[in-house]
Amino acid sequence: MKAANPSPISEPHALRNRLSTLGSAALLFLGIWWAGHNLDGYQTRLLNLVAVNAILALSLNFIYGFSGMFSLGHAGFMAIGAYVSALCILTPAQKEMIWLLEPIYEPLAEFMTPFVVSVFLGGLAAALTSLVIALPVMRLGGDYLGIATLGFAEIIRVLFTNLAPITNGAIGLRGIPPYADAWWNYAWLLATLFVILSLLKSNFGNVLKSIRDDEIAARTMGIDTTAYRTMAFCVGGFFAGVGGALMGSLVTTIEPKMFNFQYTFNILLIVVAGGLGSVTGSVVGAAVITILLEWLRIIEYPMDFGFIRIPGIPGMRMVIFSVVLMLIIIFRREGLLGNREFSWNAFYDFFGSLKKRPDVHLGHLLRFLRLVKKLLAGGQP
Amino acid sequence: MSECTLAEDNAGRFTAKTLHGPGGSGGVAPPGGPLLELSGVTMRFGGVTAIDDLSLKIPPQKVVGLIGPNGAGKTTVFNVVTGFYQPQEGRLEFEGQPLAGLPPQKICALGIARTFQNIRLFAGGTVLDNVMVGCHVRRKARWWMAPLCLPVFLREEKSIKEKSYALLERVGLARAAREKANSLPYGAQRRLEIARALATEPSFLLLDEPAAGMNPQESEDLMHFIAKIREEFNLSILMIEHDMKVVMGVCSHIWVLDYGRLIAEGGPEEIRNNPWVITAYLGRPAEGGPHSA
Ligand SMILES: Nc1ncnc2c1ncn2[C@@H]1O[C@H](COP(=O)(O)OP(=O)(O)OP(=O)(O)O)[C@@H](O)[C@H]1O
Ligand SMILES: [Mg+2]
Repeated sequence: MKAANPSPISEPHALRNRLSTLGSAALLFLGIWWAGHNLDGYQTRLLNLVAVNAILALSLNFIYGFSGMFSLGHAGFMAIGAYVSALCILTPAQKEMIWLLEPIYEPLAEFMTPFVVSVFLGGLAAALTSLVIALPVMRLGGDYLGIATLGFAEIIRVLFTNLAPITNGAIGLRGIPPYADAWWNYAWLLATLFVILSLLKSNFGNVLKSIRDDEIAARTMGIDTTAYRTMAFCVGGFFAGVGGALMGSLVTTIEPKMFNFQYTFNILLIVVAGGLGSVTGSVVGAAVITILLEWLRIIEYPMDFGFIRIPGIPGMRMVIFSVVLMLIIIFRREGLLGNREFSWNAFYDFFGSLKKRPDVHLGHLLRFLRLVKKLLAGGQP
Repeated sequence: MSECTLAEDNAGRFTAKTLHGPGGSGGVAPPGGPLLELSGVTMRFGGVTAIDDLSLKIPPQKVVGLIGPNGAGKTTVFNVVTGFYQPQEGRLEFEGQPLAGLPPQKICALGIARTFQNIRLFAGGTVLDNVMVGCHVRRKARWWMAPLCLPVFLREEKSIKEKSYALLERVGLARAAREKANSLPYGAQRRLEIARALATEPSFLLLDEPAAGMNPQESEDLMHFIAKIREEFNLSILMIEHDMKVVMGVCSHIWVLDYGRLIAEGGPEEIRNNPWVITAYLGRPAEGGPHSA
């Protein structure tokens, strides 16, 4: 889009694109409605996991991919979101049943909020915690953040195991009301996308990326890099908390040891595989990796090929995924999408030119298939 | 709707008045006083004294130069002025205000902008994005207004885009607005860095070797470009430059550093004929020079 574009500042076809976005959101909810009537429990669960993982991946990508801070504390923020939200939706009667060994901290016993408020409070609690971590750590510079957040997630686990009057200790919380259906999960995903995209598309997004690209130049441009890093970390922390809150209601049982490093690793895998610094990549990556993670469960079961019997190897799929992560980092560091994004203009251009030059697109298709073949070949150790 | 005047205006004036509207640096320099004053500034790195008891006064509305052999401490002067290093001794005053202890981002907000000897563009962004980052320091909307789509925020976003595009037109890079910043040729990257610095609405601009790596024709164009922006943006420019033709051609006053010490200052003619300068540059005593006796 060089010469043909009369106004280089405004986005071309802004109205068409906005309508397309609204249209596809409507289509999404139509799809959810259809899924509600046609999918079985297992498939619905997968559909929900995709949305929640997409929220978690977006929040980590915002911190890591767009703002350049290596954070390994996602499981910790999720735990905070999950517990805070669960405490807000469990009924007083349930709470009385759950806290058997030690009585619940009195003010919490009667406290209840609607689900949407609970999820928001879960996010808010995670964001405030991010702020508390960020204030001392941001001054040290990016590299320390990874270590500090890793430690933080461990501390949260230990803390939650021992804060029985609030968290019910190691036993955890059971029977969390399963409000997080596809409607809620996808509505929260859209909200996350909206907030993160409106920040990234604005000049504040340029500011965050400039800090990531060259901190010295950013400071020279008058940017308070510590303040903006803190902001990005807290916004990311907020949506990690939201994701955790939804996850808690989705699985209905939470306990401290559930929020181990494995969770953070899975989210990191989605972000890196989808493309650091690509919102589209995080959403696509969440869908692909979540479904693959489920499918690969099969290989952990004992397998009987008739002539040979392989006993189940627990944790095998994580070995495979670690290898995949390494292969991505070696062969395709920019991930599936690099930092490219979906755009309606590219979408319509593609279909516009498809009509004119089918041969060119046949070439694209062949190249894509060859890439898939190569990836599949590379995936076999 | 004062923001919109910039766009309508972009072929013509982009004057200091528009640039330093309310919210600009708004510094109140004492009339007739220097824009920037360094007195007795000393900067040491361990055993190395990079700047040794340096005093100088930058006049307002002038293009002036800082020269000296490699390692003389020129870039260090820039780093001290822009707040990256805190000098061990001495004082800095900008528009009558002391700069001691201020971090780089505050100094930028006061109206001092710079470019770097080894270009530092934001590689992940487009040419337009780079200039827009420069506009950030003057904006009033806060980040949380973005997801709320507050009108204040939306209006400001638009004016930032327009202002950045107008700036790109001024430096002749408008056609490349959508391209990746690091895909530009070298000379264009230098101009982009200047445009980005101008976007912060400075009253004082520091250029670190703007002609480095340019061919004679490009250097020639750069000279006119520097003189032009000084005029149009109504600011002072201090430049470090090894290309004597550029320095002599565009600077009205020149300071010469050697081993961190000021060895000469004056107009281009004086500097050209100063025996100390000739010695420092050529490394051998000139007739009547400091070491000739
Ligand atoms: N951060 C630092 N730590 C230690 N020494 C430094 C630092 N910055 C500069 N120096 C030293 O200070 C001296 C002056 O360096 P400076 O970069 O200011 O020189 P310069 O005049 O800009 O040279 P050039 O023309 O090569 O750019 C050099 O000896 C350099 O090694
Ligand atoms: Mg230098």
